[in-house]
Amino acid sequence: MAARRRAGTASLIVAGLTVALAGCAGAGGGSSDGGAAAGGDASGDSAGGGGEVSVIMVNNPQMEDLQTLTEENFTAETGITVNFTVLPENDVRDSIATDFSAQAGQYDVATISNYEVPFFSSNGWLANLDSYVEEDAEFDQGDILEPIADGLRGEDGSLYAQPFYGESSFLMYRADVFEEAGLVMPENPTWDEVAALAEQADGVRPGMDGICLRGQSGWGQVFAPLTTVVNTFGGTWFDENFDAQVNSPEFVEATQFYVDLVTAHGEPGAANAGFTECLNAMTQGGVAMWYDATSAAGSLEADGSPVQGLMGYAPAPVKETDSSGWLYSWAWGVQESSTNKDAAWEFISWASSQEYEELVAEELGWARVPAGKRASTYENPEYQEAAAAFYEQTQQAITSADPLDPGVQPRPAPGIQFVAIPEFAGMATEVSLGVSAAIAGQTTVQEALDNGQQLAQEAGEANKE
Amino acid sequence: MSPTEATPVHAPDLTPRQRTTYEQPQGAAARSRREARRRRLPLLPAMVLVVVATQLPFLVTIIVSFMDWNALRPDQRGFAGLDNYVSVFTNASTRSAVWTTIVLTVVVVGVSLVLGTLIALLLDRKFLGRGAVRTMMIAPFLVVPVAAALLWKHALLNPSFGLFNGVLTWVWSLFGSSSPPQVAWLQEYPLLAVEMSLIWQWTPFMMLIVLAGLQSKPLDVVEAARMDGAGALQIFRYLTFPHLRRYLELGGLLGSIYIVQNFDAVFIMTAGALGTANLPYTIYATFFQRQDYGLASAQGVVVVIGTIIIATFALRVVSSLFDEENAR
Repeated sequence: MAARRRAGTASLIVAGLTVALAGCAGAGGGSSDGGAAAGGDASGDSAGGGGEVSVIMVNNPQMEDLQTLTEENFTAETGITVNFTVLPENDVRDSIATDFSAQAGQYDVATISNYEVPFFSSNGWLANLDSYVEEDAEFDQGDILEPIADGLRGEDGSLYAQPFYGESSFLMYRADVFEEAGLVMPENPTWDEVAALAEQADGVRPGMDGICLRGQSGWGQVFAPLTTVVNTFGGTWFDENFDAQVNSPEFVEATQFYVDLVTAHGEPGAANAGFTECLNAMTQGGVAMWYDATSAAGSLEADGSPVQGLMGYAPAPVKETDSSGWLYSWAWGVQESSTNKDAAWEFISWASSQEYEELVAEELGWARVPAGKRASTYENPEYQEAAAAFYEQTQQAITSADPLDPGVQPRPAPGIQFVAIPEFAGMATEVSLGVSAAIAGQTTVQEALDNGQQLAQEAGEANKE
Repeated sequence: MSPTEATPVHAPDLTPRQRTTYEQPQGAAARSRREARRRRLPLLPAMVLVVVATQLPFLVTIIVSFMDWNALRPDQRGFAGLDNYVSVFTNASTRSAVWTTIVLTVVVVGVSLVLGTLIALLLDRKFLGRGAVRTMMIAPFLVVPVAAALLWKHALLNPSFGLFNGVLTWVWSLFGSSSPPQVAWLQEYPLLAVEMSLIWQWTPFMMLIVLAGLQSKPLDVVEAARMDGAGALQIFRYLTFPHLRRYLELGGLLGSIYIVQNFDAVFIMTAGALGTANLPYTIYATFFQRQDYGLASAQGVVVVIGTIIIATFALRVVSSLFDEENAR
């Protein structure tokens, strides 16, 4: 009863703010309404079938493939109708956080990540999946890569989500350009070596810059790669006791290095460049190197890509640590207040299975398989052949990432390119505005991080016991 | 002076019967009030609905603005007193958002008014293909705001393949130079870039309003002035411009209302980075990124109150739009 009243109040507030925002939230709201309406229709059609599941997910290509394959395979087999709501990344996070925090139960399953799992689970918003995993022998939990599975456990050690695909980060470079210019990529590059290579590669071909690094504001944009640089330079967002370390010498040095590198040898307009802009620059021959997500390799090596077969891949550059790749997974979480938990698990069990990966390979080709979560994928000879250029590096990057100990000092909360506390998204986004401004030359790194220290300290205080 | 006192003075020779006739309007007034109430009665549910739909959410927003409510920390919800309002006024990013909103609104409305007036003056003349030119001039206003922002961000301002830098390259190549300046517009002039895209969208709107004003201008007065020997500049200064004043004010008012609320351009082109975050974007970030319902509500309430104060001031004191009504 209390939960329902809370949900009512929350939706009233959402309505109120929508008015105040004069339609800012229009797009998101409209789409979820559409999803709900579709759900209503579908339940009429499938009366007497195997039930139904409402799924909200991000509009990444892997999810869109899933959407097209679901009806003919999953629904045909189990009789369970799946109603999808698909939104862009930022909007999907907003909608999921709003729905889950109110426990409104509009969606049974949502794509969340290892960022949300720790605090979503301790708030009691996620269903515990342990018993489902135990009963479902076919699912084979042991096959899930350990670092990925670890990130999806709650504080109590139970599983609260299952991965759809996983990624780490590595350095991608134009092997052909390097060879032409007589440059050699070390087996385990350090950031200093990368900076030197960027300087040499800058301008080897007309209009080609040395390296692409994200500079766009947002915790998931510039701070994804930058936090891994901070980690390996010996810095951290918080010390063990949740005291902020944002303007500590190591954090400042790492950020200064990053800003200098991208300003001197990076892509033009770096302060507005994110993942998409860098992917474009790399495919169009605008840059010689790119440090970003391992999942980008699939796009670079896809059929029709101008750089297919021309790429080389090296581990994430380091300084003080042995490795520095990040760890991220898009995963399925079930809402605690959902009334269709069994059907929801059946869907997850299918979407995250080896069988589904094989289905994608058969229908759409191995390059589009949602990889990075199961060890068996990397042992599959067909996948090894299709992803020969990058599969070993990807697997190694994922398995060598340690979300609990990514730097040189103990951490208060898990996460490599983020800190898994609720305040991080808002706080780091605000700090990232300063970093973007420093890349654009509007402010200095020191000034941006002094300001960030204050914001981070506030966020840290909220997490102290 | 009541009519009963007045009657003997002004109409001393009225018969009692006539007097009754004289007082009848009062009864009629009461009857017509009753009549009006009866007519309004069926409308009452609709009116209640309007009040509930428009005012209740605002009331809830006000209540939430006094609460400590972060959706991601459900166990810490409670009454916050004035804390949220204190942080609205002490937060540096909110203050800079207020400033950005003011600059953005003044620049966009001002420039598009001037450009719109100039174009309207040109389009007011008769020439071949005027209809086609007018339609083309309006086109930018008909583009969906999100699409316009995307167009500016990617097709025009992109440093590598945008139209602006492409034109620079072309112009420089005409003079035999192979190293044209390649400006990273969104990085070097972020606020200007947002302003340009908005001016591009809003100039046609201003042009339409001013054009309507120009075409309602009485031609006989202009002709009379010309007979009296007034030049084109004098006619504009003393006849056309005063006539246009009300239209310019209307354009400025409507433009300001929309530009203050602008979200699409800021969200898509710069995502609030590099000093372009205006108030709507800041509220969005507080609500959806930080999930801080209390603070976002307080920001919203402050914006609404500020807008009401400024709008009232502008309409009552500066504007001539309501002059006629006040004079009545």
